[in-house]
Amino acid sequence: MARKKECIAMLLAGGQGSRLGILTHKIAKPAVPFGGKYRIIDFPLSNCVNSGIDTVGVLTQYQPLELNDYIGNGQPWDLDRADGGVHVLSPYQQIEGTEWYKGTANAIYQNINFIDRYSPEYVAILSGDHIYKMDYAKMLDFHKKNKAACTIAMLEVPWDEASRFGLMFTDPDGRITAFEEKPKNPKSNKASMGVYIFTWSKLRKYLIADEENPSSSNDFGKDVIPAMHAAEERLFAYPFDGYWKDVGTIDSLWEANLDMLNPKANLDLGDASWRIYGKNTALPPQYISDSAKVENSMVSAGCEISGEVDYSVLFSNVTVEEGAVVKYSIVMPGTVIKSGAVVQYAMLAENVTVEPGAVIGEAPEKTENLDAWGVAVIGGGVTVGKNASVAPKIMCDNDVAEGEKI
Amino acid sequence: MTGKDVAGIIYSSNYDSYLTELTAVRTMGSVPFGGRYRLVDFVLSGLVNFGVSKVAVAMSNNYRSLMDHIGNGRPWDLARKREGLFLLPPYNLTGVGSYGSKMAMLRGAEDFLNHTQEEYILVTDCNVVCNLDVGKMAAFHAEKGADITLAYGHGTLPALSDLAVLTLDGSAQVTDMEIAPKDQTEGVWAANIMLLKKSLLLRLIHDASAHGWKNFDRDVLMPGLGSLKICGYPIPGFCGVIDSLQSYYDLNISLLDKGERDALFTADRPVFTRVRDDMPTVYGVGSSVKNSLIADGCVIDGTVENSVLSRGVRVEKGAVVKNCVLMQETFISSGAAANCVITDKNVVLRPGKTLSGAENYPLFIGKGKVI
Repeated sequence: MARKKECIAMLLAGGQGSRLGILTHKIAKPAVPFGGKYRIIDFPLSNCVNSGIDTVGVLTQYQPLELNDYIGNGQPWDLDRADGGVHVLSPYQQIEGTEWYKGTANAIYQNINFIDRYSPEYVAILSGDHIYKMDYAKMLDFHKKNKAACTIAMLEVPWDEASRFGLMFTDPDGRITAFEEKPKNPKSNKASMGVYIFTWSKLRKYLIADEENPSSSNDFGKDVIPAMHAAEERLFAYPFDGYWKDVGTIDSLWEANLDMLNPKANLDLGDASWRIYGKNTALPPQYISDSAKVENSMVSAGCEISGEVDYSVLFSNVTVEEGAVVKYSIVMPGTVIKSGAVVQYAMLAENVTVEPGAVIGEAPEKTENLDAWGVAVIGGGVTVGKNASVAPKIMCDNDVAEGEKI
Repeated sequence: MTGKDVAGIIYSSNYDSYLTELTAVRTMGSVPFGGRYRLVDFVLSGLVNFGVSKVAVAMSNNYRSLMDHIGNGRPWDLARKREGLFLLPPYNLTGVGSYGSKMAMLRGAEDFLNHTQEEYILVTDCNVVCNLDVGKMAAFHAEKGADITLAYGHGTLPALSDLAVLTLDGSAQVTDMEIAPKDQTEGVWAANIMLLKKSLLLRLIHDASAHGWKNFDRDVLMPGLGSLKICGYPIPGFCGVIDSLQSYYDLNISLLDKGERDALFTADRPVFTRVRDDMPTVYGVGSSVKNSLIADGCVIDGTVENSVLSRGVRVEKGAVVKNCVLMQETFISSGAAANCVITDKNVVLRPGKTLSGAENYPLFIGKGKVI
């Protein structure tokens, strides 16, 4: 039996992330590179360790190889602990047979034994696809003060975006009175961030009941929390006012990367008191040459920049040759952009080669049909041939021949 | 010979007096270099890149920052249950006390050597910056049938008072060795990197101890030229020695040259260092950076040219940095200017202040100074 913990975290990292298209063909969404040197999962993992949560179960299912490898023994997040630490929890074979994680609630249900080992008072349920910095300890205090069964982190979103979220109504004390799931005409702008703290004894009971209900989809948002609400358990909304973004789509992933360059976005990664940890590379410092022009951008170790880089995020080991232009783009590790190539409003995955004179993406103001506009995405290892061009919103997972236009 | 057959002994304090400005608060091994490294990183990485899994780091003075940097050896994958990293600060058990010399250090390392199963030992200092391919040096050692192989650099002789200048014959055997000859400015100089069998090293240490010999090169190697086969292995690629503040500055600035950079940082032999978890470097609107080597975690809103910036340096809007080597967390305030300046960690240049050295006389600002 492990030592008792007050609060442990369960991180849901099994989703396919199908809306990220070719970026998640071979890796799970939480392992997608983010912010010049991180991966998405670094944010919730760093939040845990910064909040004093030292025991984290990471639930993986879809394409777990790279994610498992990345998490390793948890050392980069200081989660290699003799007592607790990070544990990768994949579906496993049982006497009654093998079962995939059917839904978010079922994934936790299948790991009740893991949680029970630590006999925690509280369990935080987190998502592996959000970018935010949050002190779960404060949320836990709120949860305890309110003697809640479940506390849901809540963000006030702009009214015109509210219809994309699960919304909540609260009384003046913060107690949740009603829910509304992605309504056409929202009457609340208090959105659920997909961050929950449960009193474990309560959650355990509801998980078992939910599993026995054959008509349940075994989902926290759709089944477990409504059931708790129906039973008049104490559900509270914990107000959060920092930066938070669900990076489940190409556009939101691109935006969230560029948000780091915006001081007003309130996502300061340089804050030494709340560092975001991740696996580090053994690469020399970046080199900016005489011919380079780098402004309003983030650049990582090992890059060699001789071209023009503006409003972009460059991951490690990226080469931008003289005469190449990179604007409003996210360029992942090892990608080479050769002389005279233009990359704008684009996301380039790892180890892409952009040959001289190729053009990828287009500025929205130059597009005639704005509906057809979007961020161009080039898949990992793809070569875009000399003088080829890739139109906006294209997702390109195959090599583009010299001069070809797609 | 594979990495499994070799253990390393790194000595950090022999040449501290040549870089007094930087070693006032640390020892040679923990002197920052190249934007994100400490000098010990290069030799440590060279060893582990060959698969060596047992390394002792001996230290004599001012070693707190070195111990802090190396920690348990994890960045070099030397945090092991078996073997791994051994720290050898001085101890007084055998009257060795503070290691005044390589000889004293080796005597202090006797215990380590006695408990080492590896057949060969690589003994190295920290004052030479190179990305040593230990495998090649080991193959050379075997091919020559050498008793001792000394790695060497060639060209202008470093200004070290105990520099061993070598004369080699056609088969790379050392035929003569002189210590800092006065009339010579060019030549082949030993880089304080030596490969030999553990049994031989122990024998030489015992011999020297019995005879009261104090200087390893002068008293052990020179007289041994007749009876031992001592060979010289040329260090290919980048090989710079730090013998003064000027050479320290020049070596840093030399990394702005792509050829030099590629020679030191090779993809197959990465240089590992302690992780700091910095964010990527941010270049602000209106920043202008030319010909500079910049580590992660910097925020640059001003102008930077021909400089090497370590992790966490801030250059505010309107600040101008030219030909500088700025160490961790240096803060150049808006309107300030620095030219040919080396700043130690946490230096602050307040708004509007101007500092200037010359390319052949860089100005050094000590740790934590606020100008």
